[in-house]
Amino acid sequence: MMKNALILGATSDLARALADGLARSGWSLTLAARDAEAVGRIASDLAIRHGAEAKAVVFDALELSRHAEFAASLPCRPDAVYAVFGYLGDPILARTDAEERRKILDTNFTAAVHVLDRFAAEMEKRGSGLIVGISSVAGDRGRRSHPYYCAAKAGFTAYLDALRGRLHSSGAHVMTVKPGFLRTRMTEGMKLPPLITATPDRAAAIILRAAEKRRDRVYVLGIWRWIMSVIRMIPERIFKRLPL
Amino acid sequence: MKTRVTNWGNYPVAEAEVFSLRREDELRRRLAGARGVIARGMGRCYGDSSLADWIVDTRPYNRILSFDAVRGIVRCEAGVTIADLLEVFLPRGWFPPVTPGTKYVSIGGAIASDVHGKGPGSFCDHVLEFRLLTADGEARTCSRTESPERFETTRGGMGLTGVILEATLQLMPVETACIREQVTSCPDLESVMASFQSASANRYSVAWIDCVARGRRMGRGILMSGDHLPQADLSARARRHPPLNPPAGRRFQVPFFFPNLALNPWTIRAFNQAYVWANPTRQRVVGTEAFFYPLDFVDDWNRIYGRRGFTQYQFLLPPESCERGLPEMLERIVKFGAGSFLAVLKKFSPQETFMSFPREGFFLALDFPLSPALFPLLDDLDRRLLELGGRLYLAKDARMKPETFFGGYPNAREFQRRIREWDPEARFQSHQSRRLGLHEGGSGGS
Repeated sequence: MMKNALILGATSDLARALADGLARSGWSLTLAARDAEAVGRIASDLAIRHGAEAKAVVFDALELSRHAEFAASLPCRPDAVYAVFGYLGDPILARTDAEERRKILDTNFTAAVHVLDRFAAEMEKRGSGLIVGISSVAGDRGRRSHPYYCAAKAGFTAYLDALRGRLHSSGAHVMTVKPGFLRTRMTEGMKLPPLITATPDRAAAIILRAAEKRRDRVYVLGIWRWIMSVIRMIPERIFKRLPL
Repeated sequence: MKTRVTNWGNYPVAEAEVFSLRREDELRRRLAGARGVIARGMGRCYGDSSLADWIVDTRPYNRILSFDAVRGIVRCEAGVTIADLLEVFLPRGWFPPVTPGTKYVSIGGAIASDVHGKGPGSFCDHVLEFRLLTADGEARTCSRTESPERFETTRGGMGLTGVILEATLQLMPVETACIREQVTSCPDLESVMASFQSASANRYSVAWIDCVARGRRMGRGILMSGDHLPQADLSARARRHPPLNPPAGRRFQVPFFFPNLALNPWTIRAFNQAYVWANPTRQRVVGTEAFFYPLDFVDDWNRIYGRRGFTQYQFLLPPESCERGLPEMLERIVKFGAGSFLAVLKKFSPQETFMSFPREGFFLALDFPLSPALFPLLDDLDRRLLELGGRLYLAKDARMKPETFFGGYPNAREFQRRIREWDPEARFQSHQSRRLGLHEGGSGGS
């Protein structure tokens, strides 16, 4: 029986790379994103390249009231759910613009929790399944350069930990992915040190390998585990003065 | 934020704002009001054809949209590469009818340079249509019947007509992923040129030329011609493997830039002699990868030329000047003494296009490591080339002067008129088009 993976936020660079890797391994795919045309193209591409069964569905994370309808209308029940959607936002704008603030918090935290809870309940009942949440190293410590993004990702990481504990005895598994720097559209135009920056393809390969091994937490690239340990260890009275 | 961008020759280098193409509507928004923009795919041109102040990186725009498995027609976004097409469609028995010497070119780039290969014709012979985002923000479908002028001008138009978004291509059916190859060792230039005639029954032919050999041996070379191997001709041993999946070759990589001295007359002479010895006249069956893309097995082979980079001089002579002109041009190059081991000669069949490089005649392509004495030699060769009625290939060019371009391409003035008419504000420009003076003197001159 072919396994099905649901990718939420399927038009991002990382999501495309994950979908490609999953298709190569023989998974069938349900690709969910706001832009029906774009996600349709991705589905066609995967079907032609890998002979994969790929269906495109519309999903807007911020429309919380429609999550139930979305989950019910899926072409098949997913064996794995990848929550890849996120929104970096403009931290300066968010200080004064409530709408931007809400968007950062809701996309990265509230909406993610709402939608994953549905699939968690289903998987708990079924006794199997995998949830992969793409959080961020930003959630490891609040930094003044991106307060809302860090807060939302910190919340998301904590939720995924809690969910992992809740689902553990049922047989379903939750994996937390914490990317550091990725070379994607989200970081376009930023100068990122090449040694600690991953391409979407490399990140996807790491994530999919970890998912197969049912790991709990994955940093991408692995070195970020150590970078964030150091960041976390800096005493607050020093950290609060740093321009990070 | 500016990024350092350079193409295959590592010369010249540009500082550019790079925008990655992911969505058409985003591109349209970014293009509004912009000037000095050019699309760039895999950056396999040698010079500055895809360098500008503002570069649209088409690589993320690489989805395959549809495939007609009965007729072999594929529709894809412009960032898809020939390597992608091979990976996906060769196992299904379909091959690109025209492919350049590397598979790492984007479809958009292949159309904009109207690339050519070992076989007849050029890439756009098999392009049914494409969608082009033009300076006015419109996305037009261009084909031989719809917007035919734009189709014809974009073909070999070096991206100056706009950004190619998607294209529909006709692939060619093949039975195996093998080529039956005939290798013929020829003692001098005259015999190489004649050997193309005897190989004319084969679809593919190209010759490697020793461009440092002097005297009687000048222009000695090796002709490699071939055709797709039918399934019936597979050896019993080969039949045990799937016919359309040849074994992958070993890959090598040049991990660092060689020191500038590594490539010098002695090493080149030694290499060339070894290459001639290693290739006596014989017939053999090779995989398509090895036949069409011998250099793709060595990643970053351009680093062999060192950090200073290199340029390629690729010129074509019409049939009437070949017999006299080719030996003369080659002699000047040999006398200069600073060529390299890569020199390729090919005979083109008759072809008429608006702006593409290929037409009936012989072309010779040579790599030159960069040095101060090089450019005066090339300018000198340009002058002689124009007298002989020849032209240079824009995709390899990094330094030709406007008069060489306008003198070599009979439609160059009309080309200039068209792009000015369609793009009065000179939205699309490359460092090459500026160097060639394509935008000067008009209402929207740079």
